[in-house]
Amino acid sequence: MDQSKIRNFCIVAHIDHGKSTLADRMIEKTGVLTMREMTSQVLDNMDIERERGITIKSQAVRMIYKAKDGEEYTFNMIDTPGHVDFGYEVSRSLAACDGAILVVDATQGVEAQTLANVYMALDHDLDVFPVINKIDLPSAQPDEVKEEIEDVIGIEAHDAPLISAKNGIGIEEVLEAVVQKIPAPTGDAAKPLTALIFDSIYDSYRGVIVFVRIRDGVIKKGMKVRFMATGAEAEVVEVGYFGPGRFIPSDDLSAGDVGYFTASIKNIQDTRVGDTVTDSANPCAEALPGYKKVMPMVYCGLYPADSAHYSDLRDALEKLQLNDASLFYEPETSQALGFGFRAGFLGLLHLEVIQERLEREYDLNLVTTAPGVVYKVHKNDGTVFDLTNPTNLPDPTEIDYMEEPIVSGEIMVTTEYVGAIMQLCQERRGKYLSTDYIEQTRAILKYELPLNEIIYDFFDALKSRSRGYASFDYELKGYERSELVKLDILINREEVDALSFIVHKDGAYERGRKMCERLKEEIPRHLFEIPIQAAVGGKIIARETVKAYRKDVLAKCYGGDITRKKKLLEKQKEGKKKMRQIGNVEVPQAAFLSVLKLDSGD
Amino acid sequence: MHSSQNLSIYVHIPFCARKCLYCDFLSFTAEKELINRYFDALSKEICLNADTYKDYTVKSVFFGGGTPSLPDAEYICDILDLLHSKFIFGEDAEITIEMNPGTVSFDKLIKYKAAGINRLSIGAQSFNDDELKKLGRIHDFATFIKTYEAAVEVGFENINIDLMSALPGQSLETYLSTLKKAVELKPTHISAYSLIVEEGTPFFDMELDLPDEDTDRLMYHETKRIIAESGYHRYEISNYAFGDGEKNECYHNKVYWERGNYLGLGLGASSMIENVRFSNITDIMEYIGRLSASESVVSEKEELSFESQMEEFMFLGLRLVKGVDMDLFYRQFGKKAEDVYGDVIVKYKTLGLIEIDGNRLRLTEKGLDVSNTVMAEFCF
Repeated sequence: MDQSKIRNFCIVAHIDHGKSTLADRMIEKTGVLTMREMTSQVLDNMDIERERGITIKSQAVRMIYKAKDGEEYTFNMIDTPGHVDFGYEVSRSLAACDGAILVVDATQGVEAQTLANVYMALDHDLDVFPVINKIDLPSAQPDEVKEEIEDVIGIEAHDAPLISAKNGIGIEEVLEAVVQKIPAPTGDAAKPLTALIFDSIYDSYRGVIVFVRIRDGVIKKGMKVRFMATGAEAEVVEVGYFGPGRFIPSDDLSAGDVGYFTASIKNIQDTRVGDTVTDSANPCAEALPGYKKVMPMVYCGLYPADSAHYSDLRDALEKLQLNDASLFYEPETSQALGFGFRAGFLGLLHLEVIQERLEREYDLNLVTTAPGVVYKVHKNDGTVFDLTNPTNLPDPTEIDYMEEPIVSGEIMVTTEYVGAIMQLCQERRGKYLSTDYIEQTRAILKYELPLNEIIYDFFDALKSRSRGYASFDYELKGYERSELVKLDILINREEVDALSFIVHKDGAYERGRKMCERLKEEIPRHLFEIPIQAAVGGKIIARETVKAYRKDVLAKCYGGDITRKKKLLEKQKEGKKKMRQIGNVEVPQAAFLSVLKLDSGD
Repeated sequence: MHSSQNLSIYVHIPFCARKCLYCDFLSFTAEKELINRYFDALSKEICLNADTYKDYTVKSVFFGGGTPSLPDAEYICDILDLLHSKFIFGEDAEITIEMNPGTVSFDKLIKYKAAGINRLSIGAQSFNDDELKKLGRIHDFATFIKTYEAAVEVGFENINIDLMSALPGQSLETYLSTLKKAVELKPTHISAYSLIVEEGTPFFDMELDLPDEDTDRLMYHETKRIIAESGYHRYEISNYAFGDGEKNECYHNKVYWERGNYLGLGLGASSMIENVRFSNITDIMEYIGRLSASESVVSEKEELSFESQMEEFMFLGLRLVKGVDMDLFYRQFGKKAEDVYGDVIVKYKTLGLIEIDGNRLRLTEKGLDVSNTVMAEFCF
């Protein structure tokens, strides 16, 4: 194919600015999809994505656009996530593109993640052009937003298309801008095959489907390819393009193309996102740069609710990791929960998404333990180790000191909420750095915050305290020494390892108290009284009691209608199966996530 | 006690003068014409079934509802006559009718007695007029007393009084006053239940002034104490009989717990015959229609698996204070209850909720209080 007629691009935006809707409209306008085929937000094809209205996984789609110059262009559009947790995914997608469309909400203006995503795109040497969305809304301020884009981001915005993706206004203009403003790829089809893997998924019929951007050369069916990082080789079974919601096989993919291939891949671990694929017979000289390996920021324990499903969980994690290289896991054992995994995530949203995917796509029933960050423990003997599971914290007498991860955070907020947000940051042990005013009504607050203070509900708190106007972005700054303690929870006088967590010593009492209160609500009454205690270093700091129930009697059993009563008893018994037995106490699975909800209702 | 040749019959009369606000049983108000057609259909159902049970001996009949005492006495007497002519009755079969105060006249009671009814179950629920009003009952205390005294005068010797605790607006004092008045009347039998607000009843959607948990529990414990002190013995979770022996216990009620054969006749009635459970359809027009075409009105039929039989044996039997007969368990299932339910038995024995006495496994006093929890564990 003539490379000058190809445009590979992505759309970047702050969450909720209308990226996926714009993608839908572009697909619709280019005619690869009939109106009937359009379901809302074609690209967000995971259930969770549609339900939450967010994009989690990158998706790619190919469109044919007949431009005003009379030529037909091939667009490869790669959708990217907007949430800060998924910055890594964004980075992978960007590497497959030559340019990006920046969507900015005409009512909200530039937000923290708008900046983060644009900078990431510029880092990848992409050409970025802005479009102003939601101009149909009464509160739209397109001129102010254009100015803001030029001032804050520093890219030209005076001729940015003014659109309403929702109402299909200005879409033609966006398509034309793609042709004009996004550069054509510059690979060489005659050179040896060099292709970047930017994603892959597992399909139970076809096995691993590898998503690639071809830099140089050609890939076709029957060819033997090599994965450069792992050295694994496989024969190509099928190549093709991304249709909306389906794969369209083709004869080959050549330099500049974006598409997929399947191959006789034996081990799913052989295909790593970011790796370079080349021709075994005529390999390229060196691999493409690939991506920076990201480190998980948040860890938690994942356990099958029924220990018999341990190997199912392992298989599911293995398959999920295939298209989510940022997911990390290793086996661990808990006294309370049995065999499971310690898993690492980019953030709490990532954790929730993985948890939901495991439950929905793999039909697993999971118990998730309280998420925590990675601490550095400096022992008296001079050794240092990374603590990902609070249970592994050595005896305090062996510890010299501990360090916790700190992030540099930027919060963009309208001036009226600056006070409320500063208050929040202070509560979360934030260190104030500076306030920059972008314009009269908006400011960027810079803070250093301990990561473990923001992983749980910081986003929610930000939104609620600013009526939705604050946006947040952060990056890991490093580790700092901190006074940390392990908070243990005892249920019926038995320490429950899965409920322990690390907390700053000043917050220990408060957290312990709230944790006990929360668990009291979560744990159903039993035949006996259940003390719930929080302890630090063996000293009890808080206590609640789940009262025993003393009456649980069946109602009148009328006219011999036993079946109905039997169903009631069975329901009661069924409810118990969703519980974890800890000593004599049945603990609902949700209780293990109680720590997450400690701040709700403040 | 229940040889396979014994049979109990339940007859459902779904009509009420008014539906009580807490009631989730199959009952409704109806015009005379519908009542006529219903009893015709019921007669037809009896005739269609009679042949199947020709080798059985009827040991008890129970007219339940609804309010069986609402329609004219002739309806009930005719049904009873028909049953007598189509089934073989044991010599001293227990024949009970449920009645609500305010629906029974002296004359009606005489007719019941003449037809062979020998046990009355009176839905008193409370002796406090405010509480009765809040329940949506049609009667007051004075009406109840009139009914009760009439029944005694007519010569009924076996009378049950139904009482309820944990009612809206009820205090411990008002409940105890009801209880004390009840035992002073010296009925042969008292059933005492706590109100359970069921989904689908008007109560479920109402703001109710229910007694708090501690009061509810006190009421429950006082029930046991006061009734026992007055010469009654508790033989089932909610049922008390006067004196010591089995004489005043409700035979029909025990058939359910000991898994005897019973045939349910009428709208929505449940049956269990030789380990097959089945129940009738619940739509009255369909019930009448099918029977007029001589068709079966059975809607659901479940042949109990071996496991279901075992779990029923346990959780139903445990409702009785004397518990389950483990020798009988072994004879019926060829397995020892201790082998099948070893873990559960050990667990609840340790917690002091069940005890073993010879061949009997039963709930302790404490176990009876939380019987649901224990029984649920006997389900597979």
